[in-house]
Amino acid sequence: MRIRAEKDFWAGFLYLAIAAGFLWLGRDYRLGTASRMGPGYFPLVLGWILFAFGALSLLRSFWTDGERVGGIGFRPLVAITLAVIAFAALVPTAGLIFALPALVVISATASRQTVYDLRSALALIALTVFCILVFVKGLGVPMPILGSWFDGLVPPSWQR
Amino acid sequence: MELFANLGLGLETAITPVNLLYALVGVFLGTAIGVLPGLGPAATIAMLLPATFVMPPVTALIMLAGIFYGAQYGGSTTAILVNLPGETSSVVTALDGYQMARQGKAGRALATAALSSFFAGTVCTLLIALFAPPLAEIALQFGPAEYFSLMVLGLIASIVLAHGSILHALGMIVLGLLLGLIGTDVNSSTQRYTFGLPELSDGIGFVIVAMGMFGIGEIVANLENEATRDVTIKKVTGLFPTREDFRRMVAPTLRGTALGSILGILPGGGAALASFGAYALEKKVSRNRHEFGKGAIEGVAAPEAANNAGAQMSFIPMLTLGIPSNPVMALMIGAMIIQGIQPGPSVMTEQPALFWGVIASMWLGNLMLLVLNLPLIGIWVRMITIPYRYLYPMIVVFCAIGVYSLNNAHFDLYLMALFGVVGYVFKKLDCEPAPLLLGFILGPMMEEFLRRALLLSKGDPTVLVSRPISAAMLALAAVLLTLVLLPSFSRTREQAFQDD
Repeated sequence: MRIRAEKDFWAGFLYLAIAAGFLWLGRDYRLGTASRMGPGYFPLVLGWILFAFGALSLLRSFWTDGERVGGIGFRPLVAITLAVIAFAALVPTAGLIFALPALVVISATASRQTVYDLRSALALIALTVFCILVFVKGLGVPMPILGSWFDGLVPPSWQR
Repeated sequence: MELFANLGLGLETAITPVNLLYALVGVFLGTAIGVLPGLGPAATIAMLLPATFVMPPVTALIMLAGIFYGAQYGGSTTAILVNLPGETSSVVTALDGYQMARQGKAGRALATAALSSFFAGTVCTLLIALFAPPLAEIALQFGPAEYFSLMVLGLIASIVLAHGSILHALGMIVLGLLLGLIGTDVNSSTQRYTFGLPELSDGIGFVIVAMGMFGIGEIVANLENEATRDVTIKKVTGLFPTREDFRRMVAPTLRGTALGSILGILPGGGAALASFGAYALEKKVSRNRHEFGKGAIEGVAAPEAANNAGAQMSFIPMLTLGIPSNPVMALMIGAMIIQGIQPGPSVMTEQPALFWGVIASMWLGNLMLLVLNLPLIGIWVRMITIPYRYLYPMIVVFCAIGVYSLNNAHFDLYLMALFGVVGYVFKKLDCEPAPLLLGFILGPMMEEFLRRALLLSKGDPTVLVSRPISAAMLALAAVLLTLVLLPSFSRTREQAFQDD
């Protein structure tokens, strides 16, 4: 047995795994009857349908030819994901004034063409100021400008 | 005439200064993202949704609609000027439009695109005004069984007309349906798939899913094969088409509009398929077919009319039935729900100003695009040359701030990061994110309609096939599905997207 369609194989594998996960997590939800569907009814049906599609795709990968998956872009994937996670962690603690540059700088590493020079730095400062003025001051998004790390260190009026 | 009374009410709503302003903002932003590489209308609308919460519903929908059809215009501009279609719907425009530009006829090509789009937009505004009320009338008679079957049909049709593997798309739909069930079950208050996390008890916000998969996931995919775009653009001169040009574009524009209108109503049809179809049709019937691919004006007029018609007509199922036919419509439905409006046939009777205001604004928006786009061509040309490396960090910033502002919760940002990874991985496996988003929106509604249908029939599942309208819709869904699985049809389907 040889996998002839890599994309079919992995998509099928993911569908099977996710379906199994949903079915297992939902094993205790009350099924109810057809006339009074319980919370477990619809997920059970959908779970098995997804399972079937996954199995079909997996089996098909052994007897029809298909495309290879090709290289995964780990650099942008890791950089962008980390950037968002860092932003999420830094907004409540350090505040937007640090979280936003962190988000931009980490995501910038995703591209091999990023230029790190004075102009980029100035653009980053401008973007940060713009976002604080527009989103926090203008639209009133309750994001702390300086987060909980600065509680008691600076006047509260600086923090928002 | 009731039609004119309705359109009058619509114009009255759309012409207030605030609504005019936001229509302008919408079409301007839409054109901009259509011109900019790697940013589609779905991601943009998702990013802007949080900002629309503070607007009145009609203003919000007018602006979002403007982004959608504005993007078509913008996509064509780059297709013609630099052979880089901004949107999939303008891929075929590049074939002849770019050739015209190379022959120094860029201005005439742009004007042709704008004029044929405007014509299609005008016709479609009238068509929507004509056909939406009777359709909503029929839909008002629908019971839960009909709604359930309609959603099944909508989901199936959306993958038949999309491209890529059918099996994968079906999987994405079911996955979307399942993800939509996360949260508290409305009937039993059971927490489903929440892992005991209070943040998940209201379910996952669809903006988060959309921004993760269309925003973040797309960025990663774009950066993976980063290419340097070296664009040189000749100065655009001579905007006005000649008499001969006008004579040659009339028939293709009419045919394109007709084809686009038909394909646009079908779920999943939309703009991309319409433009491919119209180009193929022109190539067969045109007297100047030997010029195609070498700068034929027909090859610009027909697909441009078709894609604008297709884009506008996809509003019909959304406005009358509450069924999204593409991710953008799914986001519009989401915007309505957030505004406290239950999408469906009752929107027209209960919110006539909203319904007709949005329709009238589409015509006004098309007019604005026609008047504004050609003089602003200098701005768009300069935008084309912005490198992606400057653009994508800003997209990430706006996605992150937008998601945070939904619930002021950083938990949502982790979810967005997760959906970004999921979106990218599935994209690598040829599983498109659009069916997942449609399933995600429809999941809870489908469960509720099925529950009600079965409650009324005392648990008899044959209710779905014993009621004629419901049976017809399920039969149609089955026919579509079998058609797609037939080898001869799937070959044609692949050919239709071949130029992609």
